[in-house]
Amino acid sequence: MENLATSAKITWCPGCPNSAILVAFRKLVEELKTERSLKLENLVAVGGIGCHGKITDYLNINTFTSLHGRLLPTMQGIKIANPSLQVVGFSGDGDSYSEGAEHLIHAAKRNSDVNLFVHDNQVFALTTGQATATSPKGFKGKSTPSGSTEEPFNPLLLMLAAGATFVARTYAGDIEGTKKIMRQAIEHKGFSFVDIIQPCITFYDTRDFYNNHVYWLDKKFPSKKLETAIKKVTAQEEKIALGVFYKVEKPTFEESLYPQIT
Amino acid sequence: MFWKKKNQPPNIFTVAIGGAAGDGVREAGTNLGQFLTKLGFEVFVSFDYPSLIRGGHNFSRISFSKEKIYNDYSKIDVLIALNDETMHLHKNDLNAEAVVFSDKFDAEDLKMFGQNAVLLPMVKTAEESNAPAITRTSVALGAVCYLLDLPFDEMDQILRRVFKEKGYEINITLAEKGYKYLEKLGFRHSRRMEHGGDKGKELADGNTAFAKGLLAAGLDFYIGYPMTPSTSILHYLAKNQSRRPEGSGLSDGVRHSSESSDRPQASEKEKTFKVIHPENEISVINMALGAAYAGKRTAIGTAGGGFALMQEAFALAGMSETPIAIAVSQRQAPATGSPTHTSQGDLKWIINSGHGEFPRIVIAPGDPEEAFKAGADALNLTWKYQMPAIVLLDKHLSENSSTVIFNSNEITVERGKIDEKINSEYKRYQITEDGVSPMAYPGTPDAVIKVTSYEHSEEGISTEDPKMVKAMGDKRFSKLKQLEKDFSKYETVKFYGDPKSKNIVVFWGSTKGAVLEAAKYLKNQPKFLQILWMSPFDTEKVAENLKNAKKVIIVENNRSGQLASIIREKTGINIENKILKYDSLPFDVVELAKQLNEIL
Repeated sequence: MENLATSAKITWCPGCPNSAILVAFRKLVEELKTERSLKLENLVAVGGIGCHGKITDYLNINTFTSLHGRLLPTMQGIKIANPSLQVVGFSGDGDSYSEGAEHLIHAAKRNSDVNLFVHDNQVFALTTGQATATSPKGFKGKSTPSGSTEEPFNPLLLMLAAGATFVARTYAGDIEGTKKIMRQAIEHKGFSFVDIIQPCITFYDTRDFYNNHVYWLDKKFPSKKLETAIKKVTAQEEKIALGVFYKVEKPTFEESLYPQIT
Repeated sequence: MFWKKKNQPPNIFTVAIGGAAGDGVREAGTNLGQFLTKLGFEVFVSFDYPSLIRGGHNFSRISFSKEKIYNDYSKIDVLIALNDETMHLHKNDLNAEAVVFSDKFDAEDLKMFGQNAVLLPMVKTAEESNAPAITRTSVALGAVCYLLDLPFDEMDQILRRVFKEKGYEINITLAEKGYKYLEKLGFRHSRRMEHGGDKGKELADGNTAFAKGLLAAGLDFYIGYPMTPSTSILHYLAKNQSRRPEGSGLSDGVRHSSESSDRPQASEKEKTFKVIHPENEISVINMALGAAYAGKRTAIGTAGGGFALMQEAFALAGMSETPIAIAVSQRQAPATGSPTHTSQGDLKWIINSGHGEFPRIVIAPGDPEEAFKAGADALNLTWKYQMPAIVLLDKHLSENSSTVIFNSNEITVERGKIDEKINSEYKRYQITEDGVSPMAYPGTPDAVIKVTSYEHSEEGISTEDPKMVKAMGDKRFSKLKQLEKDFSKYETVKFYGDPKSKNIVVFWGSTKGAVLEAAKYLKNQPKFLQILWMSPFDTEKVAENLKNAKKVIIVENNRSGQLASIIREKTGINIENKILKYDSLPFDVVELAKQLNEIL
């Protein structure tokens, strides 16, 4: 996989699960390349700003490192310009759930054929620890020293409501599982949303919790029924479900722009 | 040339149509404007309206003449009042002998207008012809033709040309009825207005002109979010976009420059371009940068408030050296301001906009023909120099129309450094002599194209190395050197008036209209200097002209004299005579002429 690495020195904290996400993605790219199902020059990775966004520096492929929260418009711009490109985005919970939530909703609504992977560690890490949209109520960060008073939102529920046609969750600690989900996302035609739950080993260390509290969905999923998916992503369970909750086929934004590619 | 005729006052005729929003005032003004254009008149059509959909006072003014006309006049020869309010608001704007058309006059109105009040049954005529109420303005159009003593057949013939394009035949019938109505009354004709032959000119506003300029320069994508006064760029392009199949060349929509110069341009409708209206302005600009990164010639448009939202991504365009052409149409601000009225209050902000230091191109056209050229130049220059290019418009220019000729054949598509041989050693930010790096797009075999908002190495990998930070800043700014060498290829500044005069009147943007129109009434013709390029600034040419001047006057539609401030910064020359207007309205020609005469 040497040719997928760049000269950039990795500056994530040693042991950061971002490295696991990077490895999962590189493995997937190798796999797709070997199978000849993807030409490397047609792959574009777009990054937001946050720890996750450094991933573009570590990938020797076409990349566009966008602004904080703004990667989705950039991704859609690339896709509409050239629908034959495969566009993947690496974002964070601060990036896409806080700063850029409007773009998230509209990309799902539009069903743009791009793939969004959100490194969801429930904290602003690069700015040294503040509450994001998915930080739990009571989260003691540097901007909420007495504990956050806000309830977190459920990004999967939000995406189902907004019209995403592929809604999944994976755990950064499971490299093989993450690779598989990423693959399914890329193979899906339409807006693919993947929430990657991830500990931040420095500012919000959930490693022990996640290692014991995740399980993979059974064969009833992905569902084509919105109600079923909504029920599952809102279910109060002791463990966190991983896998593809929802997957349907709908016309994409790019197909409406270029009717001849349908 | 107009200044030689200063002893004969120009023969200019002005028609105003007023009514409530929803009465079709704008459409009526445009119809009359197009009609007069096809007759061979030089025309200026303005439209003034509040920010609401129904009610309120809307009015359109159409000034026309045989000679070039740069601005409309506030003194009216014919007032078409679609409601009572119009009569009262404009009663003091009437020239002697002015005719007032209305469906009804009360006793007080009749006392006020006397013989000049003409009861014109617009509503009734439309009703009798089973035409929608909005078409009643065509009755007045016919009546105006009668006043101008236009032969009925000639009117008919030209109306057919105007409405054939629009497909509203009923308007012709109504105009005929309006004409016959006055004829039957045996009403007097107005003063004689001579016109030239149809010179093949068209009536266009600044926004349409800008959009046409983009198309002539090979636009692939226009992305916009509606905001007055930029919205009609979005509307015009959306209406004319092609959604027909493009064949296989999805990723190669750019035509070669050799094509455009060797044979006639494909007509506008044959060109394939796409228009997108995303969720907000932040999405607009970031989407545009994504599309440009993937090789598409992309433009966006907005007003001051929308561009304020785009600031971070505007800096990204500067940092990532991604081409983007941007129209910013000014309106009276700050904040929501007086949204449907004009201003030149954003100049200093625009030339300094975006955080951090990076070069940009800012061109401020003064009329539709310049807006056309500026649209084409902005798209070409942003690709040639890989730096953002802004065309600074304002409400007065964006939404008002005049007679113009656009010559698309004069525009070639300049693609910049995209034909260079690309191999695996490709570096998106390769340091070159002129600062411009070869550009490749994703999808190019062997090349890895890395673009980023972080400071970066030549390969496009983030860096915090101070040496590299400096080198890349220098690289970006070095592009200005080449651009400044190219100044002679563009009209960075323009001159009018008496070239020998020691007095200079400086202006920019849409004030060109009022200034050049006012010039028709000046006792001592000055030299006029119009500045079009605000960034980079043609300091040498401006300084050279101003330093030996006796009197320098600057005319601006803002409170602080922003161009005067830039001139002082760039040349050290302080302009003390400032004629400034910042009440959200454009300059009035006659008032401005008076102010200029007092100083000159």
